[in-house]
Amino acid sequence: MPELSYREAVRDALATAMRQDDNVFIMGEDIAEMGGSMGVTSGMLEEFGRERVRNTPISEMALAGTAIGAAMQGMRPVAEIMYEDFMTLAAEQVVNQAAKLRYMSGGQLSVPVVFRTQGGAGWSPGAQHAQQLEAWFVHIPGLKVVFASTPEDVRGLLWSAIYDDNPVVFFEHRTLYGIKGNVPEKIEPIPIGKARIHREGEDVTVIATGRLVHESLAAAEEAEKEGVSVEVVDPRTLQPLDEETLVASVKKTNRAVVAHEAVTRMGFGAEVASVLQYQAFDWLDAPIERVGAKFSPLPFAPVMEQFVVPHAADVLAAIMRTVGHGD
Amino acid sequence: MAKVETKTSLAKGDLRDVLREMLLIRRFEEKVEERFRAGELPGFLHVAIGQEACAVGVCRALEDGDIIASTHRAHGHTLAKGTHPNELMAELYGKTEGCSHGYGGSMHLYDIERGNMGANAVIGGGLPHITGAALAFQMRGEPRVALAFFGDGATNIGTFHESLNLAQLWKVPAVFVLEDNKWAESTPESQHSPIRDLSDRAKAFGMKALKADGQDVEAVYKTARQALEYARAGKGPVFVHLDCVRLHGHYIGDPQVYRDKDEARKLAETRDPITLLRAKLELSDEEFDELDTEVSEIVEASVEFAKNGTDPAPEDALKNIYA
Repeated sequence: MPELSYREAVRDALATAMRQDDNVFIMGEDIAEMGGSMGVTSGMLEEFGRERVRNTPISEMALAGTAIGAAMQGMRPVAEIMYEDFMTLAAEQVVNQAAKLRYMSGGQLSVPVVFRTQGGAGWSPGAQHAQQLEAWFVHIPGLKVVFASTPEDVRGLLWSAIYDDNPVVFFEHRTLYGIKGNVPEKIEPIPIGKARIHREGEDVTVIATGRLVHESLAAAEEAEKEGVSVEVVDPRTLQPLDEETLVASVKKTNRAVVAHEAVTRMGFGAEVASVLQYQAFDWLDAPIERVGAKFSPLPFAPVMEQFVVPHAADVLAAIMRTVGHGD
Repeated sequence: MAKVETKTSLAKGDLRDVLREMLLIRRFEEKVEERFRAGELPGFLHVAIGQEACAVGVCRALEDGDIIASTHRAHGHTLAKGTHPNELMAELYGKTEGCSHGYGGSMHLYDIERGNMGANAVIGGGLPHITGAALAFQMRGEPRVALAFFGDGATNIGTFHESLNLAQLWKVPAVFVLEDNKWAESTPESQHSPIRDLSDRAKAFGMKALKADGQDVEAVYKTARQALEYARAGKGPVFVHLDCVRLHGHYIGDPQVYRDKDEARKLAETRDPITLLRAKLELSDEEFDELDTEVSEIVEASVEFAKNGTDPAPEDALKNIYA
C-alpha cells in the first residue's frame, strides 16, 4: 500500500479522474503555475495543460457559476474555492443556483459539480482565512457535503464526489494537508454517506470531523490510560448523514461527544446531538457533550487563536464529563 | 407538443409568422394578467409586454443546439424558444404537465430539451451559467452558442461583471443580450447607473458590442444573427444591447406609483413592437383580426389545458432534490 499525504491524495483523485475522463477539469484561483495556494494542484498544469487546469480571475461568483454552467452541459468540473471564507462570495451560485437547479426544473437538470475548499485555524491568519463554515451548507437541501480527515478518505471521497450527479461541497482542512497515510494501490471509491469508525471502544463515542478526528484519537489514547474505552467515529459525509452508524455506536457506548473545529453554536454537532438524543434517548447515560470553537471570530494573536479553537484536551475533558456524569 | 424547429431565416414572407408569434406572446401574457387578477394563478409574476420583439427576434436567430438563460421576466423567451403554450400555462397553474412540472413557476421556467436552461429569480444569476455552458461547448469543439438575456438592472450586479470578464478572457462562444427597458423594478436607469450607454460596460472588457432597436424585430434578428455568427466562429463573446420598452409594471399588480402615467401610454402609442410590425406589413384589419383570433384560441386552449392538468401530490415536494 503506497503512502500519500492528504495533499497528494487530493491531487491523485483529481489527476486520475482527468486521465480517464475528458469531461473532468479543474478551475480556480492560482491553481495553474502556482499549483493552488495549498499546493494541491502542483504539477497538474504540466500534465493536463491550460485548457483543463484553468486559472481564473478573483471572481468567486463567476468561478462557481461557470463551473455550474459547464456541469449543466455535461462536464464534471471541480472548482477550487481558495478559502472557505470565500465560499461566502460564491454562496449565491452554490446556494440559490447549484443546489436548486434540479429541483426548480422538476428533475430535468443535473449539476455534477464539486466545490473544493479548505479552512482551519492554527496558523494565525486572523478572522477571514480559517473559518469552518460547513454547517451553512449542510442546511441547504440539494447539496451534498463532504469533510474528509485522512489521505485515504479524501481520495476515495473526492472520487465519489466527482462522479456524483449532484453538487458537492467538499471541505478539506488546511492543517491536514501534510499528514501521511496508506492508501490502496488503485483508487477505491468511498460511498458518500458512509461514516468511518476509526477506533472501537466501549464507554464513550466521539463523533468528530476534520482536524478534530485526529484530536479525538489523541484524546482517546489519553482516556484509555484512565481506563476509559473510547470509540471514535468520523461521519466523513455531513449530508447525507450516516445516522445508522452514529446511532448504533451510541447505543453500544451509551455516551456521546460531538467535536468539530467550527463554532459550537448552531454547529454541525448540534444536529448530530439532536439525531442521537431522539434515536438513542433510552440508551443515553449522560448528556451529549459538544466540543467546538468558542463564540468568537478567529483572533490573530496565537495565544488567543489557540484559546478559541478546540484541542485534544477539550475532547478529553468532555469524555471525562460523560463518564463522570451522575457520580 | 410543438416540435423543435430551426428558424434561422427571416425572409419577407416569414414576417407574418413573426408577427403571429409576437402576438401569441402578447395575448398569452394578457391572459396571464387576467387570470392572476382573477385569483387563479399563485406566485409572483412578471410580464414582458412591449418586449416581444426582443424575445422573438433573438430566438429566431438561434440554431438548434444553442441554449438560452432567461430572467424573471421569462414568458416571452420561453415561448419564443419553443415551449408549447400549454406547457407554459400549466406551469403557471402549478400542474405536473408544466414545463417545470410544478416545481418552478413563472420565475423558474425550464425546457432543457428545447435548450432553455431556465429563467432565474436572482438578477444576473444565469449569466455565469452561460459563460460556463459556452466553455463546455468550446472545450468539446461543438459549434454551439450559449446566450443570456438580462435587463439593465442586472448590469450593476457582480455576476454580470465577473461573467462577462471571464467570457471575454476565455473567448467562449457566448452572447449576452441586454434588454434595456430603462427600469430596474421601480428604479429608473438614471438612478441606478452613472453611465448612459450601458454598452460601455461590455466595451470595458474588450467585448464586441452591437446595438439594435429592440422594438424592431427585424433589426433585433439581424443583430442577434451577426452576434451569433461571430461567437460561433470562435471569435469570442458578443454583447447585444437592445433598446426596448416595458409597457406594464414590474410585476402583475404593480400600481407603478413611480412612473409618469403618460410615459407608458405614449410608448404604447409609438413604440409597441406589434403595432410597428403590423404597419410595416400593411396588414388590413381583417388580416390582423384573423391572426389575433388564431393566437387567442391557442391561448384559451392553453388555459383549458392547464386547468384540466394534474395537481402534484403534496409529498412530490420531496422529489427531485437529488439526482
